[in-house]
Amino acid sequence: MTTIAPRSVADDFPNYVEAYAAQVGSAVPAIQQLRERGWEAFNRLGLPTARRGNEPWKYTNAGPIARVSFAHGDHASGGEAEPTQADARAAAPWQSDWRNLVIVDGAFAPSLSTVNGDSPGIAAGLADALLANLELGSTVLGSLAPPDEDGFAALNTAFAGDGVGVSVPPGADAGVINVVYLTTGRGQPRATHPRLVISAAPNSRVTVIETFVGPDVRYLTNAVMETSVGEGARVEHYRLLLEGQEAYHVGVSRVLQQKDSAFSSVAIAHGAELGRNDFGVTLAGTGAECTLNGLYLTNGTQHIDNYINIDHAEPYGTSRLFYKGILDGHSRAVFGGNVTVRKHAQKTDAQQTDKNLLLSEEAEVDSKPSLLIYADDVKCGHGATAGHIDEDTVFYMRSRGLDLATTSRILIHAFASEIIDTVALEPLREYLDERFRNAIPSASIALPIGGRS
Amino acid sequence: MTSQAQRVISRDTTSEELDSDYQWGFTIDIDQEAIPKGLSEDVVRLISAKKNEPQWMLDWRLKSYRFWSRQTYTEPKWANVEYPPIDFQDMHYYAAPKSAADGPQSLDEVDPEVLEAFGKLGIPLEEQARLAGVAVDAVLDSVSVATTYQEQLEKAGVIFCSMSEAIQNHPDLVQKYLGSVVPFADNFYATLNSAVFSDGSFAYIPPGVRCPIELMTYFRINQADSGQFERTLIVADEGAYVSYLEGCTAPMRKTSQLHAAVVELVAMEGAEIKYSTLQNWYPGDRNGEGGVYNFVTKRGKCAGADSKISWTQVETGSAITWKYPSVILQGDNSVGEFYSVALVNNWQQADTGTKMIHMGKNTRSTIVAKGISAGQGQQTYRGLVKINPSAKGARNFTQCDSLLVGDQCGAHTVPYIEVKNPTAQMEHEATTSKVSDDQLFYLQQRGIGVEDAHFMIINGFCRGIFQELPFEFAMEASQLLKVSLEGTVG
Repeated sequence: MTTIAPRSVADDFPNYVEAYAAQVGSAVPAIQQLRERGWEAFNRLGLPTARRGNEPWKYTNAGPIARVSFAHGDHASGGEAEPTQADARAAAPWQSDWRNLVIVDGAFAPSLSTVNGDSPGIAAGLADALLANLELGSTVLGSLAPPDEDGFAALNTAFAGDGVGVSVPPGADAGVINVVYLTTGRGQPRATHPRLVISAAPNSRVTVIETFVGPDVRYLTNAVMETSVGEGARVEHYRLLLEGQEAYHVGVSRVLQQKDSAFSSVAIAHGAELGRNDFGVTLAGTGAECTLNGLYLTNGTQHIDNYINIDHAEPYGTSRLFYKGILDGHSRAVFGGNVTVRKHAQKTDAQQTDKNLLLSEEAEVDSKPSLLIYADDVKCGHGATAGHIDEDTVFYMRSRGLDLATTSRILIHAFASEIIDTVALEPLREYLDERFRNAIPSASIALPIGGRS
Repeated sequence: MTSQAQRVISRDTTSEELDSDYQWGFTIDIDQEAIPKGLSEDVVRLISAKKNEPQWMLDWRLKSYRFWSRQTYTEPKWANVEYPPIDFQDMHYYAAPKSAADGPQSLDEVDPEVLEAFGKLGIPLEEQARLAGVAVDAVLDSVSVATTYQEQLEKAGVIFCSMSEAIQNHPDLVQKYLGSVVPFADNFYATLNSAVFSDGSFAYIPPGVRCPIELMTYFRINQADSGQFERTLIVADEGAYVSYLEGCTAPMRKTSQLHAAVVELVAMEGAEIKYSTLQNWYPGDRNGEGGVYNFVTKRGKCAGADSKISWTQVETGSAITWKYPSVILQGDNSVGEFYSVALVNNWQQADTGTKMIHMGKNTRSTIVAKGISAGQGQQTYRGLVKINPSAKGARNFTQCDSLLVGDQCGAHTVPYIEVKNPTAQMEHEATTSKVSDDQLFYLQQRGIGVEDAHFMIINGFCRGIFQELPFEFAMEASQLLKVSLEGTVG
């Protein structure tokens, strides 16, 4: 009779065990406690690699991420030059009148940023955030995206060290805060675990841009974002996943909205070999408004997974979830939308839409727009479409003398514009529009004109 | 006989006094021949022996049983339903009316009490069946009691009989098609069914034949603590057409009963099968006690080009429904349809939907699902539309609407859409809302009572589905909906 020792996470992830042990303890007790909580949770959860009965990861296999032994810690000298501000400006949207913060390989780089860590309402470095008494520590940090439910969030928490904290005082307008997460090719394959924590006090306003960029090598960005939107506050959020071609990216974002608050987000995915945007919003106050838009453009063997949860916990909430995808090559996109309306959340108005344009024979889209409704006096709907460009539209444009290449470019651009046009911040909208226009697959697309065979 | 009938009626009255509006809650006092509770290899052998089955059938049952009894093979847990664990050893796996053991050859030989039971169901075998032109195969506690209208069917070359008879008389057909659409290892309940199924209906429509009348099976669980495991197989050969109706009821029991059926449809080139279900198993009482667990696997295969399979279902009964009538669209240009009305009231739970698997070119599918939740009922539409790389030019249209009556119920929609071919067009839309106040106000100010007004609106909501049902069934469905909703509003 032999007894089998309980499986430990160490068996599967020796690199994380090693990195956690090597991590220098934080001087801030709260951070240290948070890390321990994260590590304990990660030891229990591991990474969500199960292929059966794992509904949130039904169409995305986390196995490739789990199999790579990613490095942590200080930059190993890879012979590459230290990135400069010019690199950050070239890689991400950037305006001089924004407050630009650059995070290099998970660590805040003041020399690359246009603000110091002590710019009003901003603290770069989580330890600083706590020390600066931004009230993030107790209410937001580690509580909106708790490590206890998700392996990736747990891992991020276990390695919580650096990141950005934003605290907007009541009634204030904090303008535009631009956070650029720049991963270098040094010490690859490297894993970074950055975190953004935002607390918008009642009736305040803030716009936050998160851009994830890196070289075309293998690395893992495991980001967590936590945002608390106070009563009557407005937060505009943009999430640009522009990682390098070989990169793995997992983002866990959690938003908690209070009464009459408004949260809007545009999530762009154009990059990464395997990218996941796990975005959850809870409407915890009456009359809250939430708008989540998204656009994903995939090619090659990319795999992009948008897993979006909207939880209507209180009455009179409004939510709009609208994602669009353009798929080419052998790529695959996953859309998992869940809108939950709790028993108490009467008069909820929720709409959910996912539209996909498939440009290649090998591309695949898996869409699961679900509604879970426990209240009766609600107006909820969802829709999903997948298909090619409408033949009649193509015919119309060609009959006006446009060639096939131009026609397809115009139509694909128009398809993408529906989301890009929702970007309220003008310089960002122009930036994205140009980026997408250049990225649109060109004339090589064979439209199935002249009947199907 | 007279006293018997009176007793039955009086019990019916008592049950009404008890609480429920379930009109079909009578038990018929027939001698039942049941195998002791529990499931083992011996029970499987015993069922097979009782039915005098050939070796290949027994082998198939045993293969299924052994697969089912593996430790790692557990009940599926993903459905959005809650119920206490089922003790699979605490139920009867075979119950047959004793008088049926000899196998009644005509209606005259059927126990009159059984006939009366069916009369009560509103499905009289003798007179009305003939008038309606329906051939009925009635399955009472898993054993087929009688098949009417045999002569006319035989003339057309249609085989319509119980599964037991088919195994005896048409072993080649059964062997060829049984398990071809739902393999024995398909899922937990399908495997269980493959091991212990006791009877069911079999229909074969030869090439080019349009079945002259609608075929029908009525299912009823009578014995307490018994599970019903019927197996239906319908094969429409090239260019054939058949419309098949299925109805289900069960008596009121304080304990829950398991119903795990398997239905397989095969449509060859140019064939069409229309399958309609009126499911009215006992839904449990107002406190959610008792009721049938309806865990059913239904699947059709459009094997040949230009074939068509259409599922229409009206689901008002069962404590828990777990059912996904699906179509595998294998042949080019084949068509799959799914029309459904599912109603949950009191503590009923339903997780139902469909799967449309597109494989052939230019295959088309339509899904229209209407869900009504009342009381504490919870229902989920769960559907899969899968467009495989080979399915060039495939099309799907899905619409699922939910109507909520009362603020304690829930309606959920969980569609899965998997598209692997760019030439496919698929659209999905769904809405959830309560009964419109404006519509109610309009009807009420015309002098229509609030309950009638609700019913009119709900009936209108389901109209599109009822139109897909054969006429008599549509009438019955509408009535059933009304009865099931009684007392929820006003």
